[in-house]
Amino acid sequence: MGVAEAERPQAARRVRTDWTPYLLVLPTLVFLGVFFVYPMVQAIWLAVTDPQTGGLTLAHFQRMSADLYFRPAIRYTILITAIAVPIQVALGLAIALLVNTRFPGHSHFLYLCAVPLGISDLAAGLIWLSIFTERGYLNAFLQAVGLVAQPITFLTFERPEWLLGAVILTEVWRATAIVMIILLAGLQLIPKDYVETASVFGANRWQTLRHVLLPLLRPSLQTALIIRTILAFQVFATVVTLAGRQTPVLAGEAYFWYSLYRSPNVASAYAALILLLSGSIVWIYLRVLRQRETEVAPT
Amino acid sequence: MTLRRLGIYSAGLVIGAWVALPLLLITLAAFTPRDLLYQWPRRLWPEEFTLDTLLFFARSAGVLRATWNSVFVAAITIGLSFLIAAPMGYALARYRFRGRDALQLAILATKMFPATVLSIPLAVAFIRWGLYDTLLGVAIVHTALSIPFVTVIVVSVFLSISFELEEAAMTLGSSRAQAFLRVTLPMALPGLAAAGIFTFVLSWNEVFAATILTLDNRTLPALIINSVVAAGAPLHYRFAGGFFMVVPALVIIFLIRRYLLTLWGVTVR
Repeated sequence: MGVAEAERPQAARRVRTDWTPYLLVLPTLVFLGVFFVYPMVQAIWLAVTDPQTGGLTLAHFQRMSADLYFRPAIRYTILITAIAVPIQVALGLAIALLVNTRFPGHSHFLYLCAVPLGISDLAAGLIWLSIFTERGYLNAFLQAVGLVAQPITFLTFERPEWLLGAVILTEVWRATAIVMIILLAGLQLIPKDYVETASVFGANRWQTLRHVLLPLLRPSLQTALIIRTILAFQVFATVVTLAGRQTPVLAGEAYFWYSLYRSPNVASAYAALILLLSGSIVWIYLRVLRQRETEVAPT
Repeated sequence: MTLRRLGIYSAGLVIGAWVALPLLLITLAAFTPRDLLYQWPRRLWPEEFTLDTLLFFARSAGVLRATWNSVFVAAITIGLSFLIAAPMGYALARYRFRGRDALQLAILATKMFPATVLSIPLAVAFIRWGLYDTLLGVAIVHTALSIPFVTVIVVSVFLSISFELEEAAMTLGSSRAQAFLRVTLPMALPGLAAAGIFTFVLSWNEVFAATILTLDNRTLPALIINSVVAAGAPLHYRFAGGFFMVVPALVIIFLIRRYLLTLWGVTVR
């Protein structure tokens, strides 16, 4: 950033308005307008209008909420988010702090931990399916150490909590990397002097983490939380590959209503619901995290 | 000090194993003979290895074409997203203009947006526009998803190259465009290549939009998820498919490892 700061005054000194930057920005604005803002409006529009008459209606939302899968879908989506995201943040923070100690070999370790960044939710689901399926690696391992004689069926509708556990484990395995990278980038922005000063004043490692690093890391933590939560609300392929529709989730229902029942309107109602949930969670995060800041300040 | 070092190494070992083990297992599964995958007692180490499982997957209906489709979609996505987002990244890095901060915030917001769900209303619009079930349609959605990432990496690349070099070229008589093409662009190429590669992964991995927006012209993830959901594909097909999709990721994350922090590092302040 330093280089740019030094150059900017020269660009700003010009009196005549230079239209070049606006011209350069224009394609992105037009594109995002057509393929981002328009479908967002369209999602809400489709969810509240009748496809035949074009009049306003709540019928799609009623069909959505009357569906057998609706309540479980909301419950499971929120459960997966509420359990997986805190684990991802805690584990991501631990890995980021570990990498930041710059132990010998930390760059290889960082690469290994970043590998799941490139792995899709679909591939991650299939990978963990090879572990949890009836003749999978987990059962093979349990049999090899003599814990079971017959394979245990982990992924069955009779054990919804095991299905949920498998999905959460897969999500933690796959998506901790994003949190870790965001937090590591944040950690590297914190000047080394701060930590050194803290230790000069007699703070131990835990106190330094609690009172120096974590407060300074707040913007990164906030970003990681928001990104992960919103992505968790859209959880789809991991769940479908491991649990099919036995663990219904919102994005999965949107997919089934669109592909299976051929109802773009109800699918859009689900899309609108996901948008609404995501919007409100961002709002809550921003409020809560800001409040906490003012609470902590006096102490 | 040694106790701390011991703690760091054992933590690193445990976490490393947690990440690496599933990758090793899917690799093992992809090279295990088919009948061994269904045997009980199931052996952890197959003793013999075979390419049959992977070949079975590659020869399954539609896989080769879907792979080609995936690569094609990713290529269009890279082209489109650079055409659209690179000028914006350059503008954000080199110019100071009214609305610059708002734009940067908007870019961050698009990164945090539940964008894949937009493919449902877009499917309805694409039917009207004649883009439904076309590779271009899928590429357009992937472009919308990748624009924030391409923008942040382009911004950081151009910020790291001093503007004074461009100015020097201009005082020596070249135009602004020439200065950019001859001086800045060659230096920016590695970073831009990283952005392109990341865009490839993003497109190669994307499932939801590709599934919603296609019927016959499936990309690989769309084909796999459809054969799992609708056709109940056999386990060895699924394992081979999972392995097949992971391999490019390993290579690609390695290639762009220097830029990982840039891609995700920008935060809300």
